[in-house]
Amino acid sequence: MEKVIIVKNLVKKFESFVANDNLTFDVFRGEIFGFLGANGAGKTTAMKILCGLSQPTSGELSVAGFDVYKQQDKIKANIGYMSQKFSLYEDLTVFENIQFYAGIYGLSNKEIDERALKLIEKLGMQAMRKKLVASLPLGWRQKLSFSIAIIHKPQIVFLDEPTGGVDPITRRQFWDLIYEAANDGITIFVTTHYMDEAEYCNRVSIMVDGRIEALDSPLNLKKQFNAENMNDVFIQLARKSKNKE
Amino acid sequence: MNRFKAFVRKEFYHIFRDKRTMLILFGMPVVQILLFGFVITTEIKDVEIAVWDKSKDEVTQNITNKLLGSGYFKLVKNIDNEQEIYEAFKKGEIKEALIFENNFSKNLNTKNNADIQIITDASDPNIANLIVSYTSAIVYSYTSELNANLKIPMQIKTESTMLYNSEMKSVFMFVPGTMAMILMLVSAMITSIAITREKELGTMEVLLVSPLKVSQIIIGKVAPYVVLSIINVITIIALAMSIFHMPIVGSLSLLIGVSILFIFMALALGILISTVTNDQQTAMMISMFALMLPTILLSGFIFPIENMPKILQWLTIIIPPKYYINAIKDIMLKGSDLSYIWKDVAVLLAMTLILIGLSIKKFKIRLE
Repeated sequence: MEKVIIVKNLVKKFESFVANDNLTFDVFRGEIFGFLGANGAGKTTAMKILCGLSQPTSGELSVAGFDVYKQQDKIKANIGYMSQKFSLYEDLTVFENIQFYAGIYGLSNKEIDERALKLIEKLGMQAMRKKLVASLPLGWRQKLSFSIAIIHKPQIVFLDEPTGGVDPITRRQFWDLIYEAANDGITIFVTTHYMDEAEYCNRVSIMVDGRIEALDSPLNLKKQFNAENMNDVFIQLARKSKNKE
Repeated sequence: MNRFKAFVRKEFYHIFRDKRTMLILFGMPVVQILLFGFVITTEIKDVEIAVWDKSKDEVTQNITNKLLGSGYFKLVKNIDNEQEIYEAFKKGEIKEALIFENNFSKNLNTKNNADIQIITDASDPNIANLIVSYTSAIVYSYTSELNANLKIPMQIKTESTMLYNSEMKSVFMFVPGTMAMILMLVSAMITSIAITREKELGTMEVLLVSPLKVSQIIIGKVAPYVVLSIINVITIIALAMSIFHMPIVGSLSLLIGVSILFIFMALALGILISTVTNDQQTAMMISMFALMLPTILLSGFIFPIENMPKILQWLTIIIPPKYYINAIKDIMLKGSDLSYIWKDVAVLLAMTLILIGLSIKKFKIRLE
């Protein structure tokens, strides 16, 4: 399988604090890769480095086939990003948000119109096209935010706790969108707090105190830790943490 | 270029859809100019005066009567030495003193001219200016009456002295001052709020992940405000000229050029503020205390710098609006050209460059 993210010996230090302690892992094209860990385990730091929001202290990293140190611009054009805040402009309409994000990714007006039409149709948001995002319920915003994050057809999309504050049914619908994107060949790199969501991933890594303590498919992990579900796996690993909250 | 266009268009949506921003952007300049303009141009009535009549003849008596009969002036006391004049001013008993020279009537008849000295309290310069012009006008109308049946015109010269503020530094000062304030408000405060808003919403992260360059994000963010600030400058000048008949003696293009320089300085300040804060509230507070208050209090806009304690005078050296106000005041009221105001412009330019450099550096550090 083709590796779309390669991380070798990634270290990130903030002065004396080591946020990422020698991380090494690969992500394959088209897979849904769950990036798990307790708060402060260092998963957001690692993700920010992969997205180019932060510089690594040392290590070799390649994202979408490009070098993190030298080819930042090319990486940016080939990834999508959705944060837990959904990052839509509330004072812009649904269509204007699509238009804006597609615009800053350099899509032509014709492409923007085509993809916006398709996106709105797919989400069943025709009636809301000209509504301000401020008036949309959280679930709709979340779906819109995700669809916008992949409107430029990136190789990889990074999702930073994308389902925070959303009810289980909406979360389930959201995961349908994620599966669809993965089927289209987009690699999904997702962090989450919800262990039921970890079960939906092809592979998950679990970070504890800046290190990756486990990395495999949910099925194998459950076998390895002799656990009934991912929640048990997570709790067994999280107990190892020295800095408990 | 398409990306940049998409960005700027979005920025305009933000501005035009936020009523508060619109109000500050377009309501504020008009309200401020009208407010300051009307507050300072007050009417005068029953102004307390003292007269030192060294000559005590028919003409001086007539002039005094004419002044008092006009309803604008009220005689508080007659004086016969210089000391008394200053005491009366210090006690605040009078706003104006008139001194008729010796042998007034005689001089007028033999030499065809005579002098009246007018002394006013110019700590409120606008009022002082009005008092002088009213007095001169009345004396002038009296002379015209006298001259009506004379071949060789007689001349009564009025010579005015402004106490406490000899150069009349604040006439129409409200216009440059208001311009500085509005530009600070729009360019620095609104920009810093607009940028921190993106951080608060989490959209800044998404922008930074996108292929947009940091410079494109910053320029896209501030570009609309440059345009709107220039519109504001033009609005203020137009209002000052049309409603308050402010003369603009110097070059209009130089005035706008210096204003654009100041706008860039203010924008850099706004960006700098946005790099040190993460929420809109803090950005607003910092803008208020670090920018608006010094602009109002320490720039010479309302309080003359010469009258400040030494420490505050030193402090004004680092207040950018001081230089801007100085420069545009000279352009507007004295008609100075660049060769005359280059020092102020140079200081502003240096400040602008330093601030831009600093904010770019800070912005990059934040990305770490």
